[in-house]
Amino acid sequence: MNLDSLTHTSGEWLRGSGPESDIVISSRIRLARNLAAFPFTNRASSGQKAEIEALLRERIAKIDLEPKLSYVNVPTLSSLDRQFLVERQLISRELAAADGPRGVALVPQETVSLMVNEEDHLRLQVMRSGFTLDEAWQEIDRVDDLLEQRVTYAFSEEFGYLTACPTNVGTGMRASVMLHLPALEHTKQIEKVFRALQKINLAVRGLYGEGSRASGHFYQISNQVTLGKSETNILNEIHSVIPQIITYERQARTSWLRDNRQGLQDKISRAYGTLCSATMMTSEETMELLSSVRLGINLHLIEDITIPTVNELFIHTQPAHLQKIVGTSLDGEERNTQRARYLRTRLREAGASPN
Amino acid sequence: MKSENRKPKTENQKECQVKCQFCSNPATVHLTDIVDMHKKEMHLCQSCAEQHQLVKKQELNLPAILQNLIGQHLGPQTDELARLTCPACGIKYMEFRAQGRLGCPHDYEVFRGGLAPLLQRIHRSDRHRGKTPQRSVLPSDQMAELVELRRRLQSAIDREAYEEAARLRDLLRRKGCHG
Repeated sequence: MNLDSLTHTSGEWLRGSGPESDIVISSRIRLARNLAAFPFTNRASSGQKAEIEALLRERIAKIDLEPKLSYVNVPTLSSLDRQFLVERQLISRELAAADGPRGVALVPQETVSLMVNEEDHLRLQVMRSGFTLDEAWQEIDRVDDLLEQRVTYAFSEEFGYLTACPTNVGTGMRASVMLHLPALEHTKQIEKVFRALQKINLAVRGLYGEGSRASGHFYQISNQVTLGKSETNILNEIHSVIPQIITYERQARTSWLRDNRQGLQDKISRAYGTLCSATMMTSEETMELLSSVRLGINLHLIEDITIPTVNELFIHTQPAHLQKIVGTSLDGEERNTQRARYLRTRLREAGASPN
Repeated sequence: MKSENRKPKTENQKECQVKCQFCSNPATVHLTDIVDMHKKEMHLCQSCAEQHQLVKKQELNLPAILQNLIGQHLGPQTDELARLTCPACGIKYMEFRAQGRLGCPHDYEVFRGGLAPLLQRIHRSDRHRGKTPQRSVLPSDQMAELVELRRRLQSAIDREAYEEAARLRDLLRRKGCHG
């Protein structure tokens, strides 16, 4: 698969469509699976890792999936390309940084990715735009069934799918929904929401998962418990709370508009103006400003730019994407200059001046 | 004589307001050096601590937290558990404690006594209620046997004992490779 062909698109999870897509960016499910007859990846010798990788690559190639999966051999990728796949959420940071034989199988739409020799031998992932957990589950369940016909999974009646880390055992499932919550953050109600979520065992993380900051007011909400509940039960629990959070965010947006329309309009116009004219821009600031613009579009305070364009800018201004677009490797300072230049050009193409 | 006692504390403690000594980001890593009875404290943010190689990146991730969790729930069985080693993959219970990662599927049987309270604490359950593979599954002792054969094979290859390796490879093949 030629990764460069992905550079100029934005990937499924940022398509900006699907149910509730003004607030729900994407829905994602991953399943952790291991082969029954091998030690887990961290305990496997490099020869065994090579054996696991070859075996899974061969079996994955045989599964009957439409569109077809392409296999990417991760050790042969440059570190820039690995980072690029991390930014697109097609591989984890762990897989990018690991040693030894490993890979990822992808469909061109970037909705399905199967990581080989991550912490577990196999990590299946399905990602979709908008609030679409059920569809994501149906798809990943089917891919899992197809794989299970060709490999013997490590499974016990008692503990379920056996994983390297006991936090994943059972269903091996992590389902997450990525939300854009600028208004709840503005009204500082967000902490309250998080505390309530933690009480019912749901985890809140930043954009790039474990340990990452919630930049651009993006949050991932996911299940923590994987043992003792069925996949459907876990999904239903997430399903039951997300609409409430969406309602709170919408209410917070409405009252922000009602109480301080002028201030909000100013914040959004300034963000847009800065993006259109700054000459140096960090990744962090870009996220912050694009977040305001995204809110502005959803509130109809900005008309001359669309959600898919903003989503694309979110990903294209990430370090590896930017370097691939520009075509050379850039240090931090150069990246800030090129990022600002890229934003100016794209926003000029996209529309006129702010309202 | 100098005695040095350096303890990086990396969990979320009462660090909220302390600032990093190098930049002004909030400090999340707190080091206490005790040299010749003199105490020296350092407060750093994660990235400065990593830059100055005061902590390894992994120390802050799940394994560390998990290790803590595991530690809290060891209870009186520690001695007995501490002596356990998986016959299949060779991991010791104490290694699992240190790394937060198991070595092979059979460890769920071997370390059952240590895992049960841990699973209760993480999942508030100790029994799977989700999807089951449609194909018949391998019992734990069979998984163990195959993992062990593979370990012996690897050790034979490492020792350049090629006849033994060939024999083990053949045995694995006859047992059905179970990919």
